[in-house]
Amino acid sequence: MGLNRRDFLKLTAAGAAGAAVAGDAAALQRPPLEMPPEAVGMLYDSTLCIGCKACMVACKQANNMPPDFRVPENTTWDQPLDIDGKTLNIIKVYRQGTAEVKDRETDGFAFVKRHCLHCVDPSCISVCPVSAMTKDPLTGIVEHHEDRCIGCRYCVYGCPFSVPKYEFDDPLGQIQKCEFCVHLQAKGLTPACCDVCPTGATLFGKVSDLKEEAKRRLAAKPGDVYVFPRGNLDENRPTHEATIPSYLQRLYGDKELGGTQVLYLSAVPFDKLGLPDNVPDYGYATISEGIQHTLYQWMIAPAAVLAGLLYVVRRNTQKDAEHSGRDES
Amino acid sequence: MSEHVPVGGRLITKPFTILILLAMLAFAILVARFLFGLGSVTAMSDGYPWGIWIVIDVMIGTAFGCAGYSVALLVYVMNKGEYHPLVRPAVMAGLFGYTLGGIAVMIDLGRYWQFWTLLWPGYVNLNSVMLEVAWCVMAYIVVLWIEFTPAFLERLGMKNLKQKLSKLLFLFIAVGVLLPTMHQSSLGTLATAVGFKISPLWQTQMVPLLFLLSAVVMGYAIVPFESILSALGLKRPFETKLLGKLSAAMLVVLIAYLVVRVIDLTWRGAWGYAFELNTQAIMFWVEMALFVAPVLMLMSPKNIYNPRLQFLSGFSLLLAGSVYRINTYIIGYDAGPGWSYFPSAGEIMVTVGVFSFEVILYLFFVKKLPVLHRAEAH
Repeated sequence: MGLNRRDFLKLTAAGAAGAAVAGDAAALQRPPLEMPPEAVGMLYDSTLCIGCKACMVACKQANNMPPDFRVPENTTWDQPLDIDGKTLNIIKVYRQGTAEVKDRETDGFAFVKRHCLHCVDPSCISVCPVSAMTKDPLTGIVEHHEDRCIGCRYCVYGCPFSVPKYEFDDPLGQIQKCEFCVHLQAKGLTPACCDVCPTGATLFGKVSDLKEEAKRRLAAKPGDVYVFPRGNLDENRPTHEATIPSYLQRLYGDKELGGTQVLYLSAVPFDKLGLPDNVPDYGYATISEGIQHTLYQWMIAPAAVLAGLLYVVRRNTQKDAEHSGRDES
Repeated sequence: MSEHVPVGGRLITKPFTILILLAMLAFAILVARFLFGLGSVTAMSDGYPWGIWIVIDVMIGTAFGCAGYSVALLVYVMNKGEYHPLVRPAVMAGLFGYTLGGIAVMIDLGRYWQFWTLLWPGYVNLNSVMLEVAWCVMAYIVVLWIEFTPAFLERLGMKNLKQKLSKLLFLFIAVGVLLPTMHQSSLGTLATAVGFKISPLWQTQMVPLLFLLSAVVMGYAIVPFESILSALGLKRPFETKLLGKLSAAMLVVLIAYLVVRVIDLTWRGAWGYAFELNTQAIMFWVEMALFVAPVLMLMSPKNIYNPRLQFLSGFSLLLAGSVYRINTYIIGYDAGPGWSYFPSAGEIMVTVGVFSFEVILYLFFVKKLPVLHRAEAH
């Protein structure tokens, strides 16, 4: 299937915009990675989320994570402020002005679910010197392996979504991040957060199916009644009927930073929800690896430089040795 | 007889005692770090997971350690034999800068006991710039110790062994020029994977070249800085003429750095960020001023042989390269709303202790080992 002219122009424009945003010509860049063949993911629809935090409770239970008691001290309930060493998944809220109306930018509020987006071309995997971050070649789930991690925290520093977190208060601390309940998926179960979501705001499925679902929602007319699937797209679960909100016509994660397997729909701008906007269509690893592999491809350049150095230094030190030999005799 | 001699003199002086106390304080703080975790001692957080232990102790420490590299470039690659008296002290500066940088890494690593995985074939990730840095720095530390071995052998009177080593030394000198070229540039490449989190004032594909050039400049800059301080402190004659020539070489690399920096900022259209009213813009101008001032100081042939200006320009460039690295990785880094970082007292005292330990080693080595050139040779 060939591209028609219109699609081609769109692609070119998107590419140019991406390059302009990156602010460089991206001369040394490796090709971006492709979506894995059986990629699974999540569609989070901010407009459906009611902020009940059932997903947070289920996440802690499924992953055996400790509660986080904060301000005021001695609270009796789990009260994380953000994802960190104790919390892999969190519902946060955007508030503006009087915060009266849900999913409105001014004087409104909106929920957002934050955790690993399972990038198609993840920076954390590229930067890790010891392959402690891996991406499943089939499902695309990004996992962390603390048994080989050296704790350099380059993944924490480099992740464009600031997802991996380190346990700074533990002398034997480790990196913590959402692994999409890979242990549950291995048993054919649904990731805990998607499993318990009462409204279908957090939906599990194949990335391709989720994108279809998202496009249907974006195409529907605001105000129309729509049947929202719940939990797991591959299962026949009870649905949730509601009206279509005024979505922003954008599926976040479709292209951003090379694409992510966790996708977002929202009625308020994504940067208000804490998701980086104005990002290129490629992951930054394409640039760092582009530079690294141009300089070090098969170690040809270093070998050539070394050969030259050996020749020059040998010649220059021989003269030197004769010199000092004469001095010493 | 060798051309290098130990300076001799009393080792335990008042400044030396203060340095020992500072190093011991750092050691005590580190006990807490290993017992209670990085968060108990440092101001690092999930927003700012890299603090001064990485950026100052490792990135700036090793750039100071480029003395051995920069001088070797002059003596062995450009074949300027007259700089030979500077080689051994420069190699020693490199030895300490890199060895302590390596120790600082172990202090900073959150899971230091798994350090061996960096060498495990099943685990290594060849896409990782960090891996290149780690291997290359480890190798260079070994090379520096070998390059410095003749000083030990002379002290121990092992002439035969020294003769044998000197035949092979060219191998290590060549590798010792290659390795810093690789990892000092890679220390810059590390930034490119971070993307928009680093301000366009510092985020560029040119960052490997800029880090390399500024490291060479810092390698030269530390020579007059150290030479003049030890001339004053150890009551030795100034090496004014030699340092003047070295400053000229430094000036050439410095101008190359500034040309690349300015063209890159212009090419990317990043100058706008320099005129905003924020810390990043202010620190950008501080950095640029520190780089440009020495150009003005050294431009005339008369000034270049003035020990005061040699010292000042060297000092300014050491600061410039340091601020450039801090700007790239800390000031220019935007962790998002709600995060901030300023090093804690404990964190600062560990860094102070690491550098104190470096000076302790320097004093011990120059007084006890044949490092500095025979004074009357000039």
